[in-house]
Amino acid sequence: MSASDTSLEDFRSELVTWLEASCPASLRPGATEKASKEERKAWEAAYIERGYTTPTWPSEYGGGGLSKAEAQVLGEELPRHASHVPVASFFGTSMLGPVLLEFGNEEQKKKHLGGITRCEVQWCQGYSEPGAGSDLASLQTRAVREGEHFIINGQKIWTTGAHRADWIFCLTRTDTDVPKHDGISFILFDLHQPGVTISPIQLISGASEFCQVFFEDVKAEASNLVGELNAGWTIAKRLLQHERAMLSGGSGGGRARSKKSGPPPAPTSPLAETARPHLGDDDGRLAEPALRDRIAQYELDALCFGLTLRRSGEQAKAGQGPGAATSMFKLYASEMNKRRAEIVMSTRGSDGLGWEGDAFTPLDVMETRGWLRSKGNSIEGGTSEVQLNVIAKRVLGLPD
Amino acid sequence: MSLVLTEEQELIQQAAAEFLKEHSPISHLRELRDSDDATGFSKKVWKEMAELGWTGIPFAEELGGAGLGLAELGVVLEECGRTLAPYPFLSTVVLGGGAVALAGSEAQRKELLPGVCKGETLLALAFQEGGRFAPWAIETAAEKNGDGFRLKGTKQFVLDGHVADRLVVAARTSGASGEREGITLFLVDPEADGCKVERTSMIDNRNAAKVTLEGVTVDASDVLGAIGGGADTLEVVFDRATAALSAEMVGLISEAFERTVDYLKTREQFGARIGTFQALKHRAATMFCEVELSKAVALDALRALDEDRPYASRVASAAKARCSDTASLVTCEGLQMHGGIGMTDEEDIGLFLKRAKTAELTLGDGAYHRDRFARLTGF
Repeated sequence: MSASDTSLEDFRSELVTWLEASCPASLRPGATEKASKEERKAWEAAYIERGYTTPTWPSEYGGGGLSKAEAQVLGEELPRHASHVPVASFFGTSMLGPVLLEFGNEEQKKKHLGGITRCEVQWCQGYSEPGAGSDLASLQTRAVREGEHFIINGQKIWTTGAHRADWIFCLTRTDTDVPKHDGISFILFDLHQPGVTISPIQLISGASEFCQVFFEDVKAEASNLVGELNAGWTIAKRLLQHERAMLSGGSGGGRARSKKSGPPPAPTSPLAETARPHLGDDDGRLAEPALRDRIAQYELDALCFGLTLRRSGEQAKAGQGPGAATSMFKLYASEMNKRRAEIVMSTRGSDGLGWEGDAFTPLDVMETRGWLRSKGNSIEGGTSEVQLNVIAKRVLGLPD
Repeated sequence: MSLVLTEEQELIQQAAAEFLKEHSPISHLRELRDSDDATGFSKKVWKEMAELGWTGIPFAEELGGAGLGLAELGVVLEECGRTLAPYPFLSTVVLGGGAVALAGSEAQRKELLPGVCKGETLLALAFQEGGRFAPWAIETAAEKNGDGFRLKGTKQFVLDGHVADRLVVAARTSGASGEREGITLFLVDPEADGCKVERTSMIDNRNAAKVTLEGVTVDASDVLGAIGGGADTLEVVFDRATAALSAEMVGLISEAFERTVDYLKTREQFGARIGTFQALKHRAATMFCEVELSKAVALDALRALDEDRPYASRVASAAKARCSDTASLVTCEGLQMHGGIGMTDEEDIGLFLKRAKTAELTLGDGAYHRDRFARLTGF
């Protein structure tokens, strides 16, 4: 056991002691009693106090101050000891936080990171506009400096969770006389103020996680400009990288599985097993060969894609850089997800056509809605066509 | 095992790239083809490859090999794929040599494998009887003949069969065509009475042969492995060959793809380089994804077999399916993007198309291996 292993095991035992002391029995896995409101509150407060909602952020900003390896230990131990933990705003922890840590000034870090960590502030991302989707840099929402404020006018669309958010990090146009990429600024402001109108958009799947957001003479404090004036595109691009990594599961989330002893279980395909009752079984094989082949192709590509992710990670670790393959992760992941949803629809036939009501199982309706929702996978966060352009230009070096 | 090359593998890769660039560039394949070379490759070059240790990579050191794995052999094969080097690695080292190493008695291994390592002995595996790969569709009969056997049947697509010093022949000692049980492997001297080997001219200018066995007699000592248990050997050998061929395909895929992208950057039409057209950009970027997937799965298949990982066959089939389909995609698209010049014999992209098709249909194509992959995944 190396020195770092020893200190990691020390961390683990200290953590387990703390978890056992702090997490009430009612919030342990398999608890039979329901937790009281007070118990839940006290546990959440203790958890937040330790900074564990953002375990790897520096403790001076309310984070846990843990190393990656320690955060992994936390990820392993938590589900063993607690059935509930407070979860901070996704857009805060995964997108704005990393950007503030990289580009924000001291005052901004102090002011905004703590609110994320303590689950007090929900954030949303003001990027797309009706006229600026794939061509994001042509955005028109104006921010004009007046004294100690920016005055903001314009409209955002596809703003995830804006109706539940408190603050927005927003791309705004601060200069109209320069090439479009050079006149954009990254500004934070409060959504709870006059002039902000938020209306959810109903999707073909029936869900409404996205919103339109209108700004009419909305105020942002000048101190909430992140980075230099008119240098917001650099930040925007970095954030898009975080977003694409998130959408493809290509970074961060991959928690290393602890090694188990004994032979691994025989490979199976959840997709094929879901399909089997619908397609029928022919001596262990799915009875419809054409659909079986589609499922095989899907599972095979999923295996290859997983190996591609792994290889890219190992190349980065070996100091060979992240590898050209990273640019395809978002594209491939969203296309795979759409393909999977199409297969699920094919296998279920008319059982997959239900919108609501008792004639269909909740699972069927969920899968169907999921199929509709998956259509957006290749549109949000940069369409597949934009991803192909990026690969053609950045990786293959094809001319403009 | 990591999907990144080790230092040793990187050294092998550099050495192979340099050697092949000098001794077996694509023009070498053209020369062999245009001169109707009777061997189909240069025995001198093969001997030099042996001296570099490549023919002995997977064999034990006491037999003259390097005691390394498929991962190392794959590195060499990938480079061979890039220059379309027509050398008998698959036939002699992986298929024939693999069967002898796996199932051979000590005497058989000692007789044949040191020669393989030295580049002096060529082997071929004669199993296929129909057009499509169907491993147990074997009708060739092995009838008891005193202590030995008498072989009768016809084999096709025997890779490098016309130059092999010894054939490994799969024949039936019991059962019927299609059954896994009852297949036995025999070592056959191609010069033996009743054994006729005819070279068949293939699109990729590689070597294959039709082997006719008209009552060829073999001794009991020529049986390779257990009587009736040949399929156990063949299954492992096919998995290894499948992964090895996938590695070669990764080389040809990479080279054909890179050449096509280069062409898109230089060829001008309508007053612009054709790589500026989005219709072509998107197709190139789509190919890039498939190329990356093929590289990753081929690397893992070689390692899975080296590690004797459970369910390694499943990864081998995934690799062959993915690489077969990507090779087809990249060479067909590559030819299309080259336009008229791509249809000419002068332009190399056509040679990649021909090798890709041959490799695709060798040891099972995408459809075959997808079906096998599904079976090994329980559906």
